[in-house]
Amino acid sequence: MENLVEIRDLKVEATTDAGRRIEIIQGVDLDIAPGEIVALIGESGSGKTTIALTVMGYARPGCRISGGTVMVAGKNMLALSEGQRAKVRGLEVSYVPQSAAAAFNPSKRIIDQVIEVTRIHKLMSPAEAKEKAIGLFKALSLPDPDGIGNRYPHQVSGGQLQRLAAAMALISDPKLIIFDEPTTALDVTTQIEVLRAFKAVMKKSGIAGVYVSHDLAVVAQIADRIVVLRGGAVQEVGTTAELLADARHPYTRELLSAFEPKPRGESVPVAPESRPLLQVNSLIAGYGPVQADGLPLIKAVQEASLVLERGRNLGIIGESGCGKSTLARSIAGILPASAGNLTLDGHELARSARQRSREQLRELQIVFQHADTSLNPAKSIEEILGRPLKFYHGMKGKARDARIDELLDMVRLSKALRSRTPAELSGGQKQRVNFARALAAEPKLIVCDEITSALDTVVAAAVIDLLKEMQRELSLSYIFISHDLSVVEAICDEIVVMYNGRKVEEITPAVSKVPQHPYSKLLFSSVPKLDPGWLDRLERDPELVKTYVQG
Amino acid sequence: MRTYVLGLITNRLGSSALTLLIVSFAVFFATAMLPGDTATILLGQAATPEAVAGLRAAMHLDEPAFFRFARWLFGLLQGDLGTSYVNNVPVAQLIGARFVNTMRLAGIVTLIAVPLSLILGITSAMFRGSAYDRIVTILTIGVISVPEFMIATSAVLLFSVYLKWLPALSFAGDVASFWQVLKIYAMPVITLTFVVSAQMIRMTRAAVIDTINTPYVEAAILKGASRWRAVIIHALPNAVGPIANAIALALSYLVGGVIIVETIFNYPGIAKLMVDGVSTRDLPLIQSCAIIFCVGYLALITFADIVAILANPRVR
Repeated sequence: MENLVEIRDLKVEATTDAGRRIEIIQGVDLDIAPGEIVALIGESGSGKTTIALTVMGYARPGCRISGGTVMVAGKNMLALSEGQRAKVRGLEVSYVPQSAAAAFNPSKRIIDQVIEVTRIHKLMSPAEAKEKAIGLFKALSLPDPDGIGNRYPHQVSGGQLQRLAAAMALISDPKLIIFDEPTTALDVTTQIEVLRAFKAVMKKSGIAGVYVSHDLAVVAQIADRIVVLRGGAVQEVGTTAELLADARHPYTRELLSAFEPKPRGESVPVAPESRPLLQVNSLIAGYGPVQADGLPLIKAVQEASLVLERGRNLGIIGESGCGKSTLARSIAGILPASAGNLTLDGHELARSARQRSREQLRELQIVFQHADTSLNPAKSIEEILGRPLKFYHGMKGKARDARIDELLDMVRLSKALRSRTPAELSGGQKQRVNFARALAAEPKLIVCDEITSALDTVVAAAVIDLLKEMQRELSLSYIFISHDLSVVEAICDEIVVMYNGRKVEEITPAVSKVPQHPYSKLLFSSVPKLDPGWLDRLERDPELVKTYVQG
Repeated sequence: MRTYVLGLITNRLGSSALTLLIVSFAVFFATAMLPGDTATILLGQAATPEAVAGLRAAMHLDEPAFFRFARWLFGLLQGDLGTSYVNNVPVAQLIGARFVNTMRLAGIVTLIAVPLSLILGITSAMFRGSAYDRIVTILTIGVISVPEFMIATSAVLLFSVYLKWLPALSFAGDVASFWQVLKIYAMPVITLTFVVSAQMIRMTRAAVIDTINTPYVEAAILKGASRWRAVIIHALPNAVGPIANAIALALSYLVGGVIIVETIFNYPGIAKLMVDGVSTRDLPLIQSCAIIFCVGYLALITFADIVAILANPRVR
């Protein structure tokens, strides 16, 4: 059978801020048969979205398709005029964006945006289009299919919006749909429902798909074939089963090995006599005006209690909105708790960081998720690391210089980076600097708030290894906050599961890895596995899903 | 939700009212601090100590400033702008015709400048980086950088002195035909349109570019929408708030900031009246003009804010 899409020797150029042109896609070939779902997988900057968008003859501002051919159903998209391309977009090839929350126009009703394609291409009357949309809403198992379209985008949840975006792509009965990381912004328990809905609709209508993702496990559930990309070039192509079983290219193997469970390794046993490093007792924290009972209106953390033993690590896991970051912020004193008490190494900690002594501040450091926003873009790496050295240890001149070199060495960064600014570093390098800044204080405890979430799988695994190594050398403890179970399992001795502001369960993986609480069970079972049959076999208790899954 | 929006709007109106009160306070005391004694100046050569004292008492100038403020404010609330010190005519009567003149000028400028700026701002945002965008940008920045008296005097020099097409002064009185109206208004309108549009074009362009760069406009283009459709249907509604504010800011300038233009063209508007009032130390006139400018400014800004509130479905 003839291929639906044939890309030959595709080249895309990008213009840098400095005005230099660089080739970001370097001669890529790609075929998609009718009804086939092909996944493009790779880390950020590998060109996967750029390639997918060229199928619609589109390049983002600043990019230019500079060579090759992109044949879609017999037409070369690159040779068409802008007006002719517009006739293909939405009609023959449609697009499901990464963040539906951003891709829906906030000032227009959902239904009008869903049926806009039929209006643009004059496919059917608005009444017919609405009827068809409602049918799609049902097929995508959206709640209240008749009424949901009349809402505005901010009135529905993220998971629902993502399915509505799929309905928007399906309404014109396209031959091909481009999915651009459609579930990346979703919680794992929500992701399952969305993936299932996508898969069912695609299989039923025989539409071909390009599925862009960085998550091999998600891709394994939905794709027929996988294309591994790196640096704008194809590294390896194979059917999903082939690639998972027998990856040839070293980069593919690296990606696969990032999925292998990495046990915590040797952990320090709890010394029976010693006092715990950190104790948190019935902590309540939140936002909004203080009520009559002295508690905030919106309680993001309710009565959380934790104990962290010296040299051990505590993981806090939960989905967006469960209060895990608020808990981290109130332990650090950035958001003073409204009730409860904190003890660090036997000494009572004030709730607000302002009232803690400099010594207490030094002992407890926090590292944030986004190194981009937590490192001052105007300062050099040297200044960023020098500041805590001066503040906590009064270091100056040569001693400080030597210590900065030492810190960079510890986090495996070259000394040559000293005079650079954060913008000149990669994401992984920035996160290492961010971590080195916390190390500069020589703390006993570091609170890590989603520090690997913004990093690519392989880079994140390296950061986790670094954290473990630092722990062995410096006798540190971590509180590790994440939504990603595999990351937490790799480094923590204890795992606390949070839901809706409350701690629902505490698990010690060394003793038992089986969660007891129904929500923990649901959460743990929702993490995608590399096995391509996992999604089809996964059975979830509908009652549980109804209780705990929003969206 | 409706009550929430009403609450927001009431809140906005309330804060405008409060601002107005504070401004009237500032206006009153700022003018009261002007050097020189009104009674002495008014009496001129006849300023014997007795006469001055008598006039001061008659004008309530001997009362504490706060009482005078309260009296003045109370009068304002009743619509009484006071009586001119200079020619003993109610200020309202002095202002009346002049106010109409200024509003007429402002109205004509608005009718020309707003559509012009919206079209230029939106199109230059759509074709960002093109030669067209660059020309519009260079021209608007050029116009912003040139002070208005420069534009006004150059216009007089060109159209009145060299070409002799238009009268240098704009006496609105002698209007016999439409052609004359056009001639009289041409130069003040051109000058003000230049000054006011430049800012609106820049801000409209920036607001539209902000929304064009959003994922939902990209999504619209990938649905097959033309560039026009993507901008007009998707980008523009989300830029209404900032654009309304840009327009209000620019237009508020027409209410109070036309002093230079009215002076140069000798146009009988309210700003010219205020300048005359300053030279004759006619405090009630100055205060009234200042309050009118302030009310105009506040009304426009408040209106823009309410438009922005209503345009946002998240609030609505």
